[in-house]
Amino acid sequence: MNKTINVTVNGTKHTLDVEPRLLLVHMIREVLSMTGTHIGCDTSSCGACTILLDGKSIKSCTVLAVQADGKSITTIEGLAPEGGPLHPLQEGFKENHGLHCGFCTPGMIMRCVELLEHNNNPTEDEIRWGISGNLCRCTGYNNIVKAVQWAGAKMRGEETPSTEPEFV
Amino acid sequence: MIAQSFQYESPGTLAEAIALLNQYGDEAKVLSGGHSLIPMMKLRFASPGYLIDINGIPGLSDIKEENGVVRIGALAREADLEHSALLAQHFPIFKDVTKLIADPQVRNMGTLGGNLAHGDAANDHPAVMIALGASVVITGADGEREVPIDEFFYGFYMTAIQQGEILTEIRLPVPAAGTGNAYHKLERKVGDYATSGVAVQLTIGSDGIVTAAGIGLTNVNPVPLRATRSEEALVGKPLTEENILLAAQYASEDCNPSADLRGSEDYKRHVTGVLVKRMIKKAAERAMAS
Repeated sequence: MNKTINVTVNGTKHTLDVEPRLLLVHMIREVLSMTGTHIGCDTSSCGACTILLDGKSIKSCTVLAVQADGKSITTIEGLAPEGGPLHPLQEGFKENHGLHCGFCTPGMIMRCVELLEHNNNPTEDEIRWGISGNLCRCTGYNNIVKAVQWAGAKMRGEETPSTEPEFV
Repeated sequence: MIAQSFQYESPGTLAEAIALLNQYGDEAKVLSGGHSLIPMMKLRFASPGYLIDINGIPGLSDIKEENGVVRIGALAREADLEHSALLAQHFPIFKDVTKLIADPQVRNMGTLGGNLAHGDAANDHPAVMIALGASVVITGADGEREVPIDEFFYGFYMTAIQQGEILTEIRLPVPAAGTGNAYHKLERKVGDYATSGVAVQLTIGSDGIVTAAGIGLTNVNPVPLRATRSEEALVGKPLTEENILLAAQYASEDCNPSADLRGSEDYKRHVTGVLVKRMIKKAAERAMAS
């Protein structure tokens, strides 16, 4: 028996008729056609599906759409206004080569939005622990760490670290 | 990947939730954090006909201290436990254990109550509750009952919670002065279940005699295990290297690990002994500092 839910997605209210077993990630991707959020595993391990639910980063593959009733979600599509400037994290990933294939990137960025909200000057260690729920098969994580630190600096209003490669 | 169909209810009060559980009987499961249950449902290892979502019930996630008891609502999220100043004060063990549970996203949803009610010896909080001498409050149609943690775990996915009942609160006695507690688990990679995990709480008198010891073991027994012989090796005596090694040896003998991808039985016994030794020392350090 379907349920009617009201979910605010990136600021827009949606009223949807869903099966209780519909996962939040499927609601986002299949019902709302917002495919920026990715599905990377079957085991709640990879974090590619990470979005914000009432401001908290969660794995949308392990939450039911009905659990978002009356709540507000933010996906990667909701970070930067249409045609507007990139979020510091998006810019940071761009400037610091924080991605290769980009599959983990939306989930990685959404996790780091919450990370930087709690602590806008994280150490490398804090970032690595902070992204422990997000797997990346391409980058080896180093540039992701740099991207997050770069974004933190920008959000603190400080000069962002140089992105020129270091020649040893 | 896709769960079997089910009916979903999200009651606004505890009474409503209990009534629904009684109505649907063993076809119903409680949904709290959902990060043990939903993965199982996606793999079709569990297919309850009814899901009773208790996340909308107010008043079940407070963390407070009253009359020498710290009371934690069953819906308190792992992230809440991780960042609670009140818990950090008496129980630095919560920072130890939450850091090792899954990852930040899972910790935003997973609850302490769910971690215990799931009845899985692989979860981390049962051992911690054993070490801290916790009791849990179970609420049903007839009211509340308080169950000591040693009477809570019965078997694989089986706890003292009966049909029509919900775990609503966890109670921890505020430790006496001179008490320290610590947890660590060996894992293959970040976010994994324990190869072995050990929780220790020690109370040491000013004369150096150990007056109380609680030692709980994670994932090395079908049911969360209290290392009773190890505790007895420490209590009533000064904390010597010899007693610590004996406690470690007893724990490694008394647990019953299963060989699996995390290691052989011998390996897990060995790791258990090592962790017991290390956590006794860490708890003792914190006891001296308190």
